[in-house]
Amino acid sequence: MLAKRIIPCLDVKDGRTVKGVNFVDLRDAGDPVELAWQYSQQGADELVFLDITATHEGRKTTVDLVKSVARQVNIPFTIGGGINEISDADILLNSGADKVSINSAAVRNPEIIDNFAAAFGKQFVVVAVDTRFVDGGNYVHLSGGRIKTAIRTEDWILEAQERGAGEILLTSMDHDGTKNGFDNNFLKEINQRISIPLIASGGAGNQQHFVDTFQQANVDAALAASVFHYGEILIPDLKQTLKNNGIIVR
Amino acid sequence: MIGIINYGAGNIFSLTATLARLGIDYGMVNTAEEIDRYERIIIPGVGHAGAAMQKLKESGLAEHIAAITKPVLGICVGMQLMTAFSEEGQADLLGLFPMKTLDFSGRISLKVPHVGWNAITPQQGCPLFKGIEAGAYFYFVHSYFIEYDAAYTAAVCEYELTYSAAIHRGNFYGVQFHPEKSGPVGEQLLLNFSTL
Repeated sequence: MLAKRIIPCLDVKDGRTVKGVNFVDLRDAGDPVELAWQYSQQGADELVFLDITATHEGRKTTVDLVKSVARQVNIPFTIGGGINEISDADILLNSGADKVSINSAAVRNPEIIDNFAAAFGKQFVVVAVDTRFVDGGNYVHLSGGRIKTAIRTEDWILEAQERGAGEILLTSMDHDGTKNGFDNNFLKEINQRISIPLIASGGAGNQQHFVDTFQQANVDAALAASVFHYGEILIPDLKQTLKNNGIIVR
Repeated sequence: MIGIINYGAGNIFSLTATLARLGIDYGMVNTAEEIDRYERIIIPGVGHAGAAMQKLKESGLAEHIAAITKPVLGICVGMQLMTAFSEEGQADLLGLFPMKTLDFSGRISLKVPHVGWNAITPQQGCPLFKGIEAGAYFYFVHSYFIEYDAAYTAAVCEYELTYSAAIHRGNFYGVQFHPEKSGPVGEQLLLNFSTL
């Protein structure tokens, strides 16, 4: 049986981890490579790096970072943030990234999903979607949830799948940062309508939230950041809790 | 020393990085003559099987693979290339195994691609899986699979149907999963191959 995946997400800027990290054994809390290695040792199934580097010079650092991670970490990882063109994705995949994640760029120009899928294969293309519930429905949001679009989230996800997305990473901006649990109702609704893997994101606060999203929404993977970075949830403990609840994990 | 067949089908950075980390020497095989320099050969590959076969032919290496008598390991699409045929691109392949590479779509109700960690069961005694227990999880990412065949399947995986996670015939081995991304068990498998 395919195992449910647990995915820590790291925000990086100019090759350094941005958000505070509180690991006991860490020599350098700002070093994404060391963090990634720690997570792989703890039993994380996959990693996502969200690159919030703004400058062109900084993006070169990102390529070096991807290479360093690939050299030292033996689990798959995705890199997202600022990937607008085939050439951006190409250099990252050739530097050892397993997948690239695209978000705003795909909303602005949906054809890049088709182009990426044709160039690299669907399995390399993760479409990340930020959603917020407003005016009685879920709408796609851009720029970290700040800018609302007129696009219904369910319509966009179905279009992304049709165009060649290999996975959907769905973040509920309403739940993100609340630590009140994932948006399982909406995740379930989406999951029933798509035939590609769905990664839940936004709202993880405790171990039960992971149990709930796997049991209620049957998502393929769950992603979180702060609960892992601050050591509030240790991955081996989480895996044990999931096992105890009959959820298949590695 | 391991020679990696260099025919331009996908990125091999992670594979070479893993071999380097494990202290396994490797080099690139660009021409048929270079095959003889190495004790073992890896055929990597990601992406579209039909397109990969085309590239392998264009590299001039395809016709020399069957004659190799040293251990050969195909990974992912590199494994699929060793079968006779793939539904991906309706392509005739190397035919080192009388098996077919089939499309998950239309055969299963589960999600495609098959992405993530799945448990495998190796056949008893396959040297590639020495020290790796039944039920070990490996990382898979694929939309096409190699059918099960009792004669050549070296490890099975279940994804609604039972298929070949690994194949073995004489000196030829193939794995559908990515050992370079499969944690300690993946590293063990590569170390096993490096001492075959």
